[in-house]
Amino acid sequence: MIFVEARSEIHWYHEWIAVFVALSLTVVTASVLLAAIGLEPFSSLQRVFIRPLNSVYGVSELIAKATPLITIGVALALGFRAGVWNIGAEGQLVMGGLCGGAVALAFWGIDGFWVMPLVLLGGSLGGLLWGAIPAFLKVRFNTNEILVSLMLTYVAILLLSVMVHGPLRDPDGFNFPESRLLHEAATLPKLFSVGRGHIGFIFAIFFALIGTWIVKRWHLGFEMRVTGLSLKASKFAGYSRGRTVWMTLLIGGAVSGFAGVVEVTGNIGQLVPNISPSYGFTAIIVAFLARLHPIAVIPAGLLVALSYLAGEAAQLTLRIPAASTQVFQGLLLFFLLGTSLLVNFRVRFGRAV
Amino acid sequence: MDYGLLSSILHAILVASTPLVFAGLGALIQERSGVLNLGIEGLMIVGALAGFATALSGFPLLISVIAAALAGALLASIFALLVLRLYANPVATGLALTLFGLGLSALAGAQYVGQAAPQVEAWNIPILSHFPIVGHAFFSHDPLVYLSITLAILMWWFITKSRAGLILRAIGENHSAAHALGFSVIGIRFLAIITGGALAGIGGSYLTLVQTPLFVEGMTAGRGWIALALVVFASWRPLRVIVGAYLFGSVSIIQLHGQAVGISVASQWLSMLPYIVTIGVLVIIAGRGNISHKAPGSLGVTFKESK
Amino acid sequence: MKKSNLVIGLLVLVAVIAAVMSFEPSETKKRVAVSGKVKVGFVYVGPVADAGWTYEHDRGRLAVEAEYGDKVETVFIESVDEGPDAERVIAQMAQDGANAVFTTSFGYMNPTIKVAKQFPDVKFEHATGYKRADNVATYSSRFYEGRHVLGLVAGKMTKSNTIGYIASFPIPEVVRGINAAYLAAKSVNPDVKFKVIWVSTWFDPGKEADAAKALIDQGADILMQHTDSAAPMKIAEERGIYAFGQASDQAAYGPNAQLTAIIDDWAPYYVRRVDDLMNGSWSSTDTWGGFDTGMVALAPYGKAVPDDVKAIAEEARKAITEGRLHAFTGPVNKQDGSPWLKPGETADDGTLLGMNFYVEGIEGSLP
Repeated sequence: MIFVEARSEIHWYHEWIAVFVALSLTVVTASVLLAAIGLEPFSSLQRVFIRPLNSVYGVSELIAKATPLITIGVALALGFRAGVWNIGAEGQLVMGGLCGGAVALAFWGIDGFWVMPLVLLGGSLGGLLWGAIPAFLKVRFNTNEILVSLMLTYVAILLLSVMVHGPLRDPDGFNFPESRLLHEAATLPKLFSVGRGHIGFIFAIFFALIGTWIVKRWHLGFEMRVTGLSLKASKFAGYSRGRTVWMTLLIGGAVSGFAGVVEVTGNIGQLVPNISPSYGFTAIIVAFLARLHPIAVIPAGLLVALSYLAGEAAQLTLRIPAASTQVFQGLLLFFLLGTSLLVNFRVRFGRAV
Repeated sequence: MDYGLLSSILHAILVASTPLVFAGLGALIQERSGVLNLGIEGLMIVGALAGFATALSGFPLLISVIAAALAGALLASIFALLVLRLYANPVATGLALTLFGLGLSALAGAQYVGQAAPQVEAWNIPILSHFPIVGHAFFSHDPLVYLSITLAILMWWFITKSRAGLILRAIGENHSAAHALGFSVIGIRFLAIITGGALAGIGGSYLTLVQTPLFVEGMTAGRGWIALALVVFASWRPLRVIVGAYLFGSVSIIQLHGQAVGISVASQWLSMLPYIVTIGVLVIIAGRGNISHKAPGSLGVTFKESK
Repeated sequence: MKKSNLVIGLLVLVAVIAAVMSFEPSETKKRVAVSGKVKVGFVYVGPVADAGWTYEHDRGRLAVEAEYGDKVETVFIESVDEGPDAERVIAQMAQDGANAVFTTSFGYMNPTIKVAKQFPDVKFEHATGYKRADNVATYSSRFYEGRHVLGLVAGKMTKSNTIGYIASFPIPEVVRGINAAYLAAKSVNPDVKFKVIWVSTWFDPGKEADAAKALIDQGADILMQHTDSAAPMKIAEERGIYAFGQASDQAAYGPNAQLTAIIDDWAPYYVRRVDDLMNGSWSSTDTWGGFDTGMVALAPYGKAVPDDVKAIAEEARKAITEGRLHAFTGPVNKQDGSPWLKPGETADDGTLLGMNFYVEGIEGSLP
């Protein structure tokens, strides 16, 4: 028989063992599946997972894809630690992109070092506003933030749609639903000469470090963790639940909004009806894969981003339909989540004690 | 007022709301046991495909619905295994489940695209269905509409009146206490999860068997998320899930009719209405400050048996 | 696991940076010359199995394979979001040695242009857009010619004089379709009315079905749609009314309901362009093909369509194909009554391309 029992002590390498087991399981399962459909497993996996990274271009694109996931993942990890369930980061991202994009378009054609900061500020404020609504309703009326932030996501996406179909439409664009292309002063600088990896990645790393610092050092980190763990304990310690809700949702909103405007100014270069392939939702997975450690969000974000790139490579080189890469992504996540058991528990073979 | 039209609008509202009722109930029973499952969308689409494929093979409605329920339950059991036995984080596992379900249904369902399921006959309730307006609106539906309402009432009875329901609630409110009393937290949660998966699967199959009725990948188009929102909206009460679903359905259908009679607002604004109304109603309900609106105490908290 | 997480994170960061540094920034655009096999890539916005827009593009791709056999290799990536992912996918295809890449949705326009700058040797073709470059051609179909014929059939066959129209977003393509169908229907039936519902989505079978039911309940006995799923056709079949297929022949969903369908037939265009590519005569062109190029086709008329209506429809199709008839021929006023086309005048492509107004007679205003 197989038994699990709680570890008395948890060491850092236990997390690595868990990740290693998960990745091994994924590789084995993928190999079996690939062999079953008549593909040579090793070279197939190599083509799908390694080759996309085999150039500066590939790494640059990986970074571009991971940037919003890491940025939002950090903010969500903080919020989830405090037990504030902001499921609507997607909406906050969209509002950030919309507001930041609108600022950029308002100053279209105007050069100046101040344009870019203003655009980023606009985006962050847009996200902040969208995060403030569930915070306000939660604190004032005790509404559930999962529901409100989720509903607001749909509203934000439709709002973006109204804007790019109407007021923000490119005046020379034959009435197609797209804004003008943003000008140079409102475009984030690239990190490499090729690909789209941009300076937003540096911000994402920066956020992860700040997040780690908040969690470990700052008063707020402790306060958030305590209110997340137990309402009673936090009341006892004199912490205000309301303040935690405000802080986490405002931070979550502003950072997600920042991710949105970074996506628009760094990656897309204009406002379009859909600026995010569900980054806000995927970032939730990323945050949990990182086990809510802000710094671990970086590798988790890169890994999830790679799984998207690999999905495209699989379609291109292995001729596997998009749906099967989705299934595969699901499996990978199942393994990663399932093996988190190994961190806190010890698997023992033998008889029950 | 054109009464025939009114009747048709009401009829359409019931149809549009029914998948949400099933899926909402499916989410509710899990949450009442303390399990937050964000994978409803994935469970729905898998049920949608299973029900559709079964109907295409010539089986009657009942068998198709059972197939959808089984498919939903089967997929949900993966979630149960991960969350209950391997202590995986339920939020992330639910999201992964959605991804997996969408992919799986797309992969297996590609062969069914372009085919049409047989039409489901309406059950006209004797006498009642002949009444003007309400007859067509409420008593001339496919059996699944009646089933959804019956299930909601059953679930209300189960949760509030039965002993098993009491245990379920106890586990949802405080799993450690329930465990101390000797109830099997894991076992009951497992049952709640597969029941919920089955219900979500039926909800999905309503889309492919009645509402649209065809199968294309990704066709649940976010309804699983709405169902999750409904549960909170309904403050974890089965009968209020019906109210919430019908309210949501009403706003969606009425805005379409509003456009057809020539009310011209940018359609995106109209499409926002259901979401904004939901938030508004939530504020009104929550504003009353009634303690009964609280979520189950152990919702989303992983239960670990300790020795 | 307090301090260790920070350490782990930093280690990973260092590893990533080291990995990035170790690559040489020179190798990127390794190109394979157009010799032997020609590789053609397609970027799809939906799944191949969408039974509509993407399905038809993929049929075009298969036609290319069938036509040129071993001389050509085709690849595709499906369900590519029109947001930030598009540019990466297009570039990856070019990087992977594609000699030509077809990007098959409007939202890919700027990503295509951007990637084309980085890969001057690769030919790009973007569907339904308006930006071109030396190595970027554009192509689209004059679907409104098909809508004209549909409008004639609808106008002739409606009993309630109410046509229901399920529209996605108020972009020129969709507005053009509504106007063309309305003008044609009006020309054969002065009493005809159009009820338009905008569903704000290209694809949500549930919502499209609800919209179809709403239109039928409000008296429409013929449905037209400019959304991507076959749900409205299926509803029309169940309710015993008529509808027109969208993008693809949808008779399977509505054996009795389908009067005809506009079929987006990309095969002739794709086959021709790949031929140009192989014999070196490819150049950046702007193709807006209608019935005459075979890019717009009609499904066989349904059995409900009487012979006299068929005759009218076929005559119109022939006239359009031969250039004797334009779907937008004056006198036509805009909705507000201001004149647009003088008697006998036909619409210029520029106005059609950016069409953002209803013609006179359509009720409601553009959202």
